[in-house]
Amino acid sequence: MREFKSIIERRKEVLTNLENFGLKIYEQLDRGYFPFIEMPSRSTENIYYDPRFRQFILGDKRVRRSTRNIRHLKPFAQLVWTALFSYELTSQRKTSTLRDVYYSAQAYEMTFKDQQESNNIITDLETVLGFSREDFNIFPEERSAVFGDLTIRYTVPGYEGKTLNLTSHPDGVMIGPALTSAEFVETTADKVIAIEKGGLFTRFIEENVHKKFNAILVLTAGQAPRATRHFIRRLNRELGLPVYIFTDGDPWGMHIAMVIISGSANAAHLRDLTTPDAKWSGVWATDIVKYKLPTDPLDEIDMKRLYELQKDPRYKEDPLWQREIKTFMKIRRKAEQEAFSRYGLTYIVDEYLPAKLEETKYP
Amino acid sequence: MAQVTFEEISASDFFYRNRDIAGFTNPTRAIFAAIRELVENSLDAAESLKIPPEIYVRLSFEGEASRETQIYKLRVEDNGCGVPPRHIPSAFGQVLFGSKYKLKQQRGTFGLGGKMAILYGQITTHQPATIISSTGMSRIYMYRLMIDIQRNRPIILDRKVFLNKEGWRGTVVEFSLEGDYLRAMPKILEYFKQTAMVNPYANITFVDPKGRLYKFIRATTVMPDPPKETLPHPYGVDVELLQRLIQVTPYNNMLEFLKNHFHRVGEITARKFLEFSDISPSKNPKRLSHEEIVRLMHMLKKFKEFLPPDASCLSPLGEELLKTGVLKELKPEFVAVHQRKPATYAGHPFIVEVAIAYGGEIPQKGGILIYRFANRIPLLYDEASDVSVKVINEMNWRRYKVTPDMPIAIVVHICSTKVPYKTVGKEFIADRPEVRREIANGLREVARQLQHFLTRREHVDRERKRLGVFSKYLPKIAEFSTKLAGKEKPPDIEKLLRSVRRFGVEGI
Ligand SMILES: Nc1ncnc2c1ncn2[C@@H]1O[C@H](COP(=O)(O)OP(=O)(O)O)[C@@H](O)[C@H]1O
Ligand SMILES: [Mg+2]
Repeated sequence: MREFKSIIERRKEVLTNLENFGLKIYEQLDRGYFPFIEMPSRSTENIYYDPRFRQFILGDKRVRRSTRNIRHLKPFAQLVWTALFSYELTSQRKTSTLRDVYYSAQAYEMTFKDQQESNNIITDLETVLGFSREDFNIFPEERSAVFGDLTIRYTVPGYEGKTLNLTSHPDGVMIGPALTSAEFVETTADKVIAIEKGGLFTRFIEENVHKKFNAILVLTAGQAPRATRHFIRRLNRELGLPVYIFTDGDPWGMHIAMVIISGSANAAHLRDLTTPDAKWSGVWATDIVKYKLPTDPLDEIDMKRLYELQKDPRYKEDPLWQREIKTFMKIRRKAEQEAFSRYGLTYIVDEYLPAKLEETKYP
Repeated sequence: MAQVTFEEISASDFFYRNRDIAGFTNPTRAIFAAIRELVENSLDAAESLKIPPEIYVRLSFEGEASRETQIYKLRVEDNGCGVPPRHIPSAFGQVLFGSKYKLKQQRGTFGLGGKMAILYGQITTHQPATIISSTGMSRIYMYRLMIDIQRNRPIILDRKVFLNKEGWRGTVVEFSLEGDYLRAMPKILEYFKQTAMVNPYANITFVDPKGRLYKFIRATTVMPDPPKETLPHPYGVDVELLQRLIQVTPYNNMLEFLKNHFHRVGEITARKFLEFSDISPSKNPKRLSHEEIVRLMHMLKKFKEFLPPDASCLSPLGEELLKTGVLKELKPEFVAVHQRKPATYAGHPFIVEVAIAYGGEIPQKGGILIYRFANRIPLLYDEASDVSVKVINEMNWRRYKVTPDMPIAIVVHICSTKVPYKTVGKEFIADRPEVRREIANGLREVARQLQHFLTRREHVDRERKRLGVFSKYLPKIAEFSTKLAGKEKPPDIEKLLRSVRRFGVEGI
């Protein structure tokens, strides 16, 4: 499996794929044809939930982008440019953000209408080549963080071979390109705890949760960025660590956990971003009742979201989800993680956390 | 008991008291109307000889009259037919004296316009007018005259005769008048521009009081055929006219009377009509009673078998000249012109000519620019009341791909022996169904042509844009893929680009 190949090997593979992509187009042009490419369609009718992988995947429908078609011409040129740009980034081992891509294009007179357009083209490239943008050294702006006893070895230029223990900074270490491309050396941890909110992440570090529970703490900072999801997957797959996710007790928090577990429809063209055996440990709707947490009412948008999620195939995998959705609908209340403070600042660490870890323990 | 006195007033006195109806309403309108009347006389005079008009107009500042108005001297020179010396005093000094009473299309009609200008000048400045004219014979005549308003007679102050060594032919009219040129200026300049548009064979020069020179140069020497005189058509007569004809006719039976005094009435039609109206062919017209004359008029209108008047008495501009004029004055990117077949309203023949112009130097003012003309005279006031404007506003322009933001000008020219003006002021055309129909049909025709043009241009634009897209992006795709594939030499894409150029490529 790709993810177990070394970081260096994977980079080589990415470069060869990009080169071949360029060659295919070059040859079509050289033979006097209007070049075209084919790729899986990402339209909603072609996105299926695959219970085997426990994630969304793309079906067999394919689309053809031909330079014979005037409407495809510009996106085609943008795609080839993005491939070239990615090639340069990857081979020079430089990274760039989605925003950078948007601006860099202007230097080549390849203006994108807006950030959305350039993001779409990057997704096209991912779909065509079957690699994710992080493989092309393109990262989103939002960053999450990790803290815990894990030693990593950098592969980025200038730091190659240097190691770092992820407890070395009390605020945690940012999950950026350097960390994503680092190799795991060793760890004493026996689990991963992912946390939605920065406040609680800091509290956990202060309360020595990593020591008390032998855990690597990951801050998702809301919806986890892809790099973070990939990172969590690596912790799970490469180190064999169980993953427990703590979010707010509302439909949105529930979905943050779900995306880490089963991925999103937007990334149906990609693998390696999900952690199917991760657990959503709380805050559940039933916890709200059980722990008598201070709550807010669910508003109309919350309720609408619940109805959507109820029908979502990902939520039909485990009866837990349907039970929690129903409970939310019944109590019509939601609670934030901070709500536990009503029982004192350490209650969540001393009482709630151990109870939930036990309740959602891997079999 | 109050004493009532009756007095008879002369024609000049009448018009002096009612000068509003001739357009001399205020100092601004007056100066505009004076220029307009003299220029139109000059155009008529040149056209009557089918000679391309050469008109020079100078307005010079003489002094202040009041805080608002100034005294100006107006001088208009032309190369027209000139006025025979014995007619000069009356032509310029007696209201309702003129040479244009006959039934054919002309600008002037009442024997009034030029005199109203001179009369207005006289009452505002108390100065005589100077007329110099020659018919091209051996002499040139100069008159200085004023108008005796009460008696409607010219008063000749001075008369000189010169030898015409150079064979000059034409007329010069010069007099002073009060006016407000600054206010009138926009309309005056617009008047010249539009006059130049429908008289593209005329050279017109205007020197304004500031010494600015405006020159409108002819774009052609081709002129429309001059109109022929005609007899009145039976559908267009009134009791007044019938009585006048009966007075002057040398014929003493109805058959000959009808055959000789009416347009489109021959032996057979005349007999049919007399039978229809139960009038004996041998009846002496001079014996008709007043009641019988009234009945005759009604029967003439009722009889269905008179052929419509023919249009030889009209002198439309013609499609070629109209196009020349529009191109010359509006400098559009595209123009379509159309001349309708002659039509009639109430026994008066008329012809509608229209043009639509697009783009070029036509301003984009968020609406259609409308130019209205009658007998080659621009109509500059009361646009909103004009029938053309109503027709234009009621048309579904979207159907012709015309949107309000487009730079579009429309020209409507109606010529007739009797232009259906709504008012005496000769400023806008009345809404008559026959006229409205002709204008609408004409506009539809040119609108269709404009639509074709716009569609074609859109197509060309689209093609150009398409080619632009291909020639922008194909080379880039070539460049990037060459680099990406690690190749030295870029692929040859000329062939691909050529194929786009030649056949177009599927898509959209
Ligand atoms: N510039 C001119 N050249 C030749 N004849 C003229 C000129 N101006 C006026 N006339 C003669 O004087 C007559 C009276 O002119 P005007 O008072 O303007 O009345 P109208 O033009 O209505 O006949 C005209 O009919 C014409 O015969
Ligand atoms: Mg006149």
